[in-house]
Amino acid sequence: MAHDGHDHDDHEGSELSPIALRVKTLESLLTEKGYIDPAALDVLIDTYETKVGPRNGAAVVARAWTDAAFADGLKRDATAAIASLGYVGRQGEHMVALFNTPTIHNMVVCTLCSCYPWPVLGLPPVWYKSMPYRSRAVIDPRGVLAEFGVVLPEGTEVRVWDSTAEVRYIVIPERPAGTEGWNAERLAAIVSRDAMIGTGIATVPA
Amino acid sequence: MNGPHDMGGFTGFGPVRPERDEPIFHANWERRAFATTLAAGAMGQWNIDMSRHSRERVPATAYWASTYYEIWLAGLERLLLDKGLISKEELADGVPHGLGRPVSRVLSAADTPAVLARGGPADRKLDREARFRPGDRIRARNLNPDGHTRLPRYARGKIGEIATIHGSHVFPDSAAAGKGDDPQWLYSVRFPAVELWGIDSRDAVMIDLWEPYLEPA
Repeated sequence: MAHDGHDHDDHEGSELSPIALRVKTLESLLTEKGYIDPAALDVLIDTYETKVGPRNGAAVVARAWTDAAFADGLKRDATAAIASLGYVGRQGEHMVALFNTPTIHNMVVCTLCSCYPWPVLGLPPVWYKSMPYRSRAVIDPRGVLAEFGVVLPEGTEVRVWDSTAEVRYIVIPERPAGTEGWNAERLAAIVSRDAMIGTGIATVPA
Repeated sequence: MNGPHDMGGFTGFGPVRPERDEPIFHANWERRAFATTLAAGAMGQWNIDMSRHSRERVPATAYWASTYYEIWLAGLERLLLDKGLISKEELADGVPHGLGRPVSRVLSAADTPAVLARGGPADRKLDREARFRPGDRIRARNLNPDGHTRLPRYARGKIGEIATIHGSHVFPDSAAAGKGDDPQWLYSVRFPAVELWGIDSRDAVMIDLWEPYLEPA
């Protein structure tokens, strides 16, 4: 995408940009036609701005790192295992967990649009939906990873998952050395969103 | 359709630029565009495949020059016009010229959490066996339909191997055209990078593909 959507229409009473005006016009038209309820819009925004986000996914990863039975369940039926932690619903109806190993690094993209596992990661960042990522992740995954500061050994297989269907993927990064004995809460704090997309790895902060 | 959205393999868009401490939305209009799209979808007047197809039909030069939520907005406006829920004049004026068409569902604030939790599962029962098994070699067919498809251009004609069977799911090519769910077996298919791009590499791309996209190889 050409630019990143920065816009300054948050100040009540200030002049709206053309796109902000277009959105406001449509919302008010649909409200007056009886098609939408602005109060529902507020709930939708609040849900994805304050309630659902990558902390959910980090809890899934930390649990998988500390509970072998949970990790097994996650491999067999990720939707059910993730639901057992309370993360369900839209854009997470059919979940698959991809476990990184010393020889396989998984990385997720949606070349055709922006498919992303909302219940565990929230809404996708701009770069994930951007033309550069969608176009290059499949043809040059190592080049893309390098832009995230991730350089993998030649011998590691990079496995890129193109989310073309309603199956949603979460990467379970490898648990870093030096975290022995950590509890799930402490582990969850070192699991980044990017590590669960596969454009990052989990590391112990220096 | 071979639209601007089918981006896998392009190389002219420059580096990926992650933003530090990125906010969920970059402007208030993005919040409202996002939520208006979801709430309008909850009317049940179209399905997710129609919604994607509407965005894909944003003209190519505009698509590539637009931000994400600009594409969503354009897609939503088109759906509302196509379904006769609003008129061009209303969209231009921003005021109703008449009553809305009766719709069976209007998403309320109270129902929103339950609606989100329910989501929209895409798996459907199918009374026939899957044609392929894990390990089977397949070729992705060289299909270039006018309508919506989820077979990316970069995989067409390429040879891959069935990795897993996800189950039977709504077939987007049919659902987007308003021709019903037409459930089909859905597979995860492994394509070696050397097959897709002709490069010497041990890397691979895994693509979710429905049975009608595949033939034995």
